[in-house]
Amino acid sequence: MSASMHSNDQTGFWELEPHHHAEGASTSLGFWIYLMSDCLMFAVLFAVFGVLGHNYAGGPGPKELFDLELVALNTAFLLISSITFGFGMLAAHEGNKSGALRWLFVTLLFGLGFLCVELYEFNHLIHEGAGPQRSAFLSAFFALVGTHGLHVTFGSIWLVTLMVQVSQKGLIPANMRRLGCLSMFWHFLDVVWIGVFTFVYLMGMI
Amino acid sequence: MTPAATAPHTTFLFGKLGFDAIPQEPIVWATFAVVALGGIALLIALTYFKLWGYLWKEWFTSVDHKKIGIMYMILGIIMLLRGFADALMMRLQQVWAFNGSEGYLNAHHYDQVFTAHGVIMIFFAAMPFVTGFMNYVVPLQIGARDVSFPFLNNFSFWMTAGGAIIIMMSLFVGEFAQTGWLAFPPLSGIDASPGVGVDYYIWALQVAGVGTTLSGINLLVTIVKMRAPGMTMMKMPVFTWTALCTNVLIVASFPVLTMTLILLTLDRYVGTNFFTNDLGGNSMMYVNLIWIWGHPEVYILILPCFGIFSEVTSTFAGKRLFGYTSMVYATICITILSYVVWLHHFFTMGSGASVNSFFGITTMIISIPTGAKIFNWLFTMYKGRVRFELPMMWTVAFMVTFTVGGMTGVLLAVPPADFVLHNSLFLIAHFHNVIIGGVVFAVFAGINFWWPKAFGFRLDPFFGKISFWCWVIGYWLAFTPLYVLGLMGVTRRMRVFDDPDLRIWFAIAALGAAVIAVGIAAFIAQIAWSIWKRKELVDVTGDPWGGRTLEWATSSPPPAYNFAFTPVIRDLDAWWDMKSKKAQRPLYGFLPIHMPKSTGAGVVLAGFATIFGVAMIWYIWWLAIASFAAIVIGAIIHTFNYNRDYHIPANEVETVEDERTRQLALGA
Amino acid sequence: MSAATPETHHEKLAQEHGHHHDDGHDHGTHKSYVTGFVLSVVLTAIPFIIVMAGGFTSPVWTALTIMAFAIVQIVVHMVYFLHMNTRSDEGWTMLATIFTIIVVVITLSGSLWVMYHLNTNMMPGMNHELTGLGGN
Repeated sequence: MSASMHSNDQTGFWELEPHHHAEGASTSLGFWIYLMSDCLMFAVLFAVFGVLGHNYAGGPGPKELFDLELVALNTAFLLISSITFGFGMLAAHEGNKSGALRWLFVTLLFGLGFLCVELYEFNHLIHEGAGPQRSAFLSAFFALVGTHGLHVTFGSIWLVTLMVQVSQKGLIPANMRRLGCLSMFWHFLDVVWIGVFTFVYLMGMI
Repeated sequence: MTPAATAPHTTFLFGKLGFDAIPQEPIVWATFAVVALGGIALLIALTYFKLWGYLWKEWFTSVDHKKIGIMYMILGIIMLLRGFADALMMRLQQVWAFNGSEGYLNAHHYDQVFTAHGVIMIFFAAMPFVTGFMNYVVPLQIGARDVSFPFLNNFSFWMTAGGAIIIMMSLFVGEFAQTGWLAFPPLSGIDASPGVGVDYYIWALQVAGVGTTLSGINLLVTIVKMRAPGMTMMKMPVFTWTALCTNVLIVASFPVLTMTLILLTLDRYVGTNFFTNDLGGNSMMYVNLIWIWGHPEVYILILPCFGIFSEVTSTFAGKRLFGYTSMVYATICITILSYVVWLHHFFTMGSGASVNSFFGITTMIISIPTGAKIFNWLFTMYKGRVRFELPMMWTVAFMVTFTVGGMTGVLLAVPPADFVLHNSLFLIAHFHNVIIGGVVFAVFAGINFWWPKAFGFRLDPFFGKISFWCWVIGYWLAFTPLYVLGLMGVTRRMRVFDDPDLRIWFAIAALGAAVIAVGIAAFIAQIAWSIWKRKELVDVTGDPWGGRTLEWATSSPPPAYNFAFTPVIRDLDAWWDMKSKKAQRPLYGFLPIHMPKSTGAGVVLAGFATIFGVAMIWYIWWLAIASFAAIVIGAIIHTFNYNRDYHIPANEVETVEDERTRQLALGA
Repeated sequence: MSAATPETHHEKLAQEHGHHHDDGHDHGTHKSYVTGFVLSVVLTAIPFIIVMAGGFTSPVWTALTIMAFAIVQIVVHMVYFLHMNTRSDEGWTMLATIFTIIVVVITLSGSLWVMYHLNTNMMPGMNHELTGLGGN
């Protein structure tokens, strides 16, 4: 902020040199705050599960329905996808476009794997007569686990979109910001899943 | 889940929509005729004056926070008129229906009227007003060029407008909810409300709610990240502080509303059992969740208004606001405490003494920081040279009116008292007392205060004063009787009465509503007259009131880029500081300015979202799927556009700034 | 005004500093991601094994144990995968997180407390927990 060229502003109240707000400086914080709002939505679902989760209405409860081995598989898929995304981010920060794309693709596969297992589980439950209409417990279960699954679905669509954009335009700053946001989203979903497998599946079997 | 008594007739193409959706009501037809004629006249005028291109390019696709702020205010005014029409209808019905008369509204309609009145006033009048003010003023006050996410800002506005379109549509096609403004189940469940009314409610709020939540994120990040150099948190104007806390509340409460409505939607559409009476559902959980949102919501409405009053008081007293630090801490306290009081909205639902006592105490505590604020405003006025321009008149009226409302609130906070007064007209009087005295009066204060900044000419005070006196007198006439009636035991939402002793009070209340109607007409007249006489009312300085904060440093209206050079902040009341230190506006050496481009993507995406809402309401599944896919694909296509900004060339900036220099010389 | 393009400036820093960047955010290293992953696997496996083996004698202690593991693993994710620290975005990220946690805790505990009282007072004697298949 120099007054040398401009005897314009002697009082120093104006920035006469260009003040560079780094482009996209707001994006990470903005996305983080969106994630916090999403966290609250999940909190409502957890609260509903906490309040209604024992209302079996004479129908099946967790011990009759949950297959912990399948849940362990699911959990493994999601956790692995988290670290593969992390490796993808590291590659991106090193400027390694093809490496980043490869790790992102692996992440997508594990994410889709997670979704397939979950869809299989839901389908099985519905065929057993344990669909979301059966009881408040099952409504709460399907809402919580289903909302998480929907988020993973949208994350996967976003992942494919970003892979296309990165391969087209490269690791430009705008794409790096977008990768950063998706990375936060993906890890956040894994954090929520920790809550899900603990409070829904494991607690249900105690 | 028991099936509905008669399943609706559905077709693939139109879902539940059929000719029986058109209401068979003379009042509705008459309204439709007026709206249709007025609408057609407007469309013809716009076409004749070739304004479509102008409107699209300069307003609808604009990502400029100032234009978006003005559009929010216009939306708020239109919806205020609709919501007020509902109020007049209720007052008329309640004074009419005595001595065996049923009045002129049957239950089916009366229930829709009071539901629509509440929903429209809160979500489509008050929220847009508050959002409009924050959008317009905050970037200017912090010395920024726009908000952090300009496109998202435009999209948020159109989502709010989409919600308004959905709820307005319910008047002419189908019906609206008959559940009250919060739509408690089991009444709002599919068994008790099988029609489209509750679905209109749900989708109007969900579409608008997305807009509000995104706007909350936007303004929050803007205030955190885009303040001018030197503006530390404790040098921010008070209005910006209240905006910051309001947007924190928005981001941390609207998700609860969104999810709770989703669960109600699942109950209605899929047959789940969250809030049903059978199969394990618990409708008390809905009440609990909706008020976890609902209490922060009322603070979302009032905090920016406190900010407006702070700016107005210090400006028209010619003094720095008394107790800036305590104002900031009081606002932060209110923000945090607003999360631990929600149960006071349902003391009578049966949670028992221990729970009720806890929440009763917290509710009483939360009145303390608000009290501190009132003292700060009074001490600012004390020994100041107070100029009673309209914004200051509204502020004084607020201080008196709102304080009474606050006190009745503390009265209601005592659970045993609330057991007598819950859902009586006393409650209705209380919340109208604080909403009208607090929010509505602030809106008029703010409009009169910032209008010259936005449009370059002042509002004429003559009609403004008529509006003021009619509103103040009208409010007290309309709602004091309701306090009396509530203490006599009269319940809210009643359509017909059989105790003739009550009628005089309803008559006085109806008179009050009529006086307010005159006040609203005077407000419209004020705007029309001022636009006609704008050359005589012109403001060339950009600072007609002797302002203290940075928005008054710009021309009226400000240029698109707000500030040619970013201001450097030295003290609180930055513009006052600059004036007293004789800061010189730079007159040359202008640089190109980086600006975001206008875009139609927000209008288009919000349009698809509105169509999606309507499709879901009417069970038109193919359209719901298609419009949802359009939203997703449209959003993805939008992300492939990396070319979203441009630069205003330096010589253009110079032209604008030279014109400002010329105008300032004129005004001197 | 800097002449270097953002991309080359970026790559230079990446080579010099390993993981720290000038955009105010931490990005982790291979080592930190692997550490986080291994910790997460362990913190997941143990609760699963405990429950699948039938749990402790006291169901309360089983519940508290697996909850504790969950909380620790969430912290591991926040630190190793989300790179949470007090510096990012001048501390605003941390402040937002803390505020969210407070509101989440209030929502969860408040709802459970309030609903427990409401259910006891307003639906006494209701035993929702009956399952039809000889369970519980």
